Amino acid sequence: MNGELLLFALFAAISVVCGIGLITNDNPIRCALNLVGVLLSVAMLFLLLHASFIAAIQVIVYAGAIMVLFVFVIMLLNLGSREQVVDQLKTQKPLAIIAGLVLMVGIISVILKIPEGQRPKLSTEMVSPYDLALQLFSPSWVFPFEAISILLLVAVVGAVILAKRRID
Amino acid sequence: METAAVPLNAYLILSGILFTIGVIGVLIKRNPIVIFMCIELMLNAVNLTLVAFSRYHQNLSGQLIVIFVLAVAAAEVSVGLGIIVSIFRARVSINIDEMDIMRG
Repeated sequence: MNGELLLFALFAAISVVCGIGLITNDNPIRCALNLVGVLLSVAMLFLLLHASFIAAIQVIVYAGAIMVLFVFVIMLLNLGSREQVVDQLKTQKPLAIIAGLVLMVGIISVILKIPEGQRPKLSTEMVSPYDLALQLFSPSWVFPFEAISILLLVAVVGAVILAKRRID
Repeated sequence: METAAVPLNAYLILSGILFTIGVIGVLIKRNPIVIFMCIELMLNAVNLTLVAFSRYHQNLSGQLIVIFVLAVAAAEVSVGLGIIVSIFRARVSINIDEMDIMRG
């Protein structure tokens, strides 16, 4: 089972490199492409975790729909060039990086404190959409499901209102 | 049944690193669209944690929460980008430092 470890290391490295590319690039389109790299490698990690349905909707919804929306808005506003910005808060950048590194050290040290214990026995089967749907439409999850559908409806109406030039 | 080849802690550390990258990006970027992308990165890091716990505890609830997070992210992006477009229409620049009309 070393192949799984190898694939994990590969996709973890790709996602971290693309993530760093996301925050170091000045061009929004390049940032978007780096984010697509992160999303696709995280989708592969979902497959390694046997969550095939989540991996599929990660590719379709995130890397497909949401990123197309991002690129569309960047093109629409013609932001493809480098941002010419006069930094008004010069000290924010180094302080933010220091604070982020402190946060990272904190998170990792807490995780390393978890005793590893016995490695669990895991099933070899993928989680099928059928299993997910059985849980999703069970009484404990169906109310959040309805709430999220109302939220999506509100978001669609809100986006249409915002995109209108003037409300008469 | 098989034993896990990758320890759970590896997934948790990876998602912690990705989350921190997102936090740093939100703090240092000046373009609201890129800030949105960094927020998506943070949401994705949390999704990775949820799916990893779901696998290692043999409990599907984690994956269900990921579906909800995806739906909320889609709603957030559509409304947020709508707001950015309308701000751009009102005042041609979208530098985040210039959007200070709501400060006290």
